[in-house]
Amino acid sequence: MTSEAIPLSGSRAGKTHRMSAAQVIIGSAVLLAVAIVASLSLGPTGITLSSLPRALSAAISGTTDATIAREQLVLLDIRLPRTLLGIFVGASLAIAGAIMQGLFRNPLADPGLVGVSSGAALFAVATIVLGNGIAAPILAPLGIYALPVAAFFGGMVTTLILVTIAGRHGQLMIGTLLLAGIALGALSGALTGLLAYASDDRQLRDLTFWSMGSLGGANWPKILAVLPFGILIALLTPLLIRGLNGFLLGEAEAFHLGINVERTKRIAIVATAASVGAAVAMAGVIGFIGIVVPHIIRLLAGPDHRVVLPGSALFGAALLLFADIIARLIVRPAELPIGIVMAAIGTPVFLHLVMKRGIGGSE
Amino acid sequence: MLTAHAAAFQINGKTLVSDIDMAIPPGKLVALVGPNGAGKSTLLKLLSGEIKPTSGAITLDGRALSSFTALDLSRRRAVVPQSTALSFPFSVREVVLLGATVPGFAEPPEHIERMALDCLRTVGLLALEHRLFTNLSGGERQRVHIARALLQLAMAKRAENEPGILLLDEPTASLDLAHQGVVLEEALEQARKGLAVMAILHDLNLAAVFADELVLLSAGRITARGTPAEVLKDDVLSRAYGCEVRTNRTPSEGVPFILPHYIRAR
Repeated sequence: MTSEAIPLSGSRAGKTHRMSAAQVIIGSAVLLAVAIVASLSLGPTGITLSSLPRALSAAISGTTDATIAREQLVLLDIRLPRTLLGIFVGASLAIAGAIMQGLFRNPLADPGLVGVSSGAALFAVATIVLGNGIAAPILAPLGIYALPVAAFFGGMVTTLILVTIAGRHGQLMIGTLLLAGIALGALSGALTGLLAYASDDRQLRDLTFWSMGSLGGANWPKILAVLPFGILIALLTPLLIRGLNGFLLGEAEAFHLGINVERTKRIAIVATAASVGAAVAMAGVIGFIGIVVPHIIRLLAGPDHRVVLPGSALFGAALLLFADIIARLIVRPAELPIGIVMAAIGTPVFLHLVMKRGIGGSE
Repeated sequence: MLTAHAAAFQINGKTLVSDIDMAIPPGKLVALVGPNGAGKSTLLKLLSGEIKPTSGAITLDGRALSSFTALDLSRRRAVVPQSTALSFPFSVREVVLLGATVPGFAEPPEHIERMALDCLRTVGLLALEHRLFTNLSGGERQRVHIARALLQLAMAKRAENEPGILLLDEPTASLDLAHQGVVLEEALEQARKGLAVMAILHDLNLAAVFADELVLLSAGRITARGTPAEVLKDDVLSRAYGCEVRTNRTPSEGVPFILPHYIRAR
């Protein structure tokens, strides 16, 4: 499609002071690269920048270098899976936020805020608590995929209920959406609490982790479990770019511009549920990233989804890695739940958004 | 040609429009007029393919409109909405470009860029190219949407025998006298270039000056159709609008014009 190559932002001179799409994408990519290096080297066991390449190549090739055996082990078993999971979770949550905001035409729509994350968490918790009991016949055949698949359905069910409730009159009503989302989130939270009663000690510790979010449990099987979801999201997201751009003008206008509105909505719902479900299944509920990241990209480069979606993925991954680095360094040797760090970063940005735009989203 | 055959639309047991037989011929500017609640917007939605008739049919070149994909339709017809609020800050130029990039028309980017500026010039908004759409006045927003629709029709590849269709929902609603003229002049110009143009107009005087054909809708039915001189008659209008209407003619050109009767009571 040649039209993809049209410059995305307004020119440098004029009323819209924006960076170009290339600047934002490259800037985010550089930031992510820095975050990856920092995430691999920082932690209770410091790995110096000079030994990082050596330890990395040794870890990947499987050879053993006696002088850096410890670094190699830390890198392979802890840092690499943790960093990869951070990239996946950050990118997924940011993309899910961007898609939801495009779908609902409101910058305040966020999977965490409208209960999609809570719905995914509820299903994930139910999988843990009931996985060995009554739900075993359904869940056992899924193996390592049981958790992300369950969370995916939790996110999907919540999103479908939201779209049904808020879209009754042909157009998605944002006030209804937010209220219904808060109600669904509260219900999911309550049911999650109910499950806590039915859980044993070890499960209870897991549940705390769900509500706060953490990358601490990252390991290679988890990376393997989210891989299909990563591929699905990467395949679906590009299909949404033109549709979400059309949605910015309105649903009827998107149709007039040749967009299959219902198909776009369905893809958006599946992509959101897959992103949120897999992210929540692996790292618990991490709020705000879905609001903050797309908001910053839009401020920098404008609302065109050709830059908002890939930019959010890169920037979201970088932001989550930095938040995780803070989470694991600030109270060494203990670890802070990453949800707390994200809330500290996200709350001011969110409040700024609310004050600037009001709940309706239009200025 | 875009044609309605005995089209009707009902919702929740209420008939919004019925017995609609009309066509929008290429090269003509058709004005859809009528009182509030007559079903003008519903008819426009039927003709755009946004909603399907509950009975009868809407066809494009003899084929049911519902059998076209959204993308195929977007190559043939563009719609200018009454007003839209944007929640995200697009610049004026970016909104116009959406007319070509959302359907994904495969034209060279430089060509699309150039045409977008041409379309902005056409509606007199070239100077506002970089302004944020969200900061514009209602009238300016409407003209941006017109430029977007013009770009859509200009960039879509169509065969010689497939003229474009432009549907405008009250394009002059929030415009001042001068800009009402600019916009309808342009609509007429587009018709003369071969497009089939239909505009919902509230102002009968504007319809009298610019339209080739008037379609008068009243209580969901077409009650009169023809040239301005044929439709703009005292009895026809009085019945349709439910108030006494007297038409006059401008002394030099003989164009019908209407002053509502209540002015005389003062």
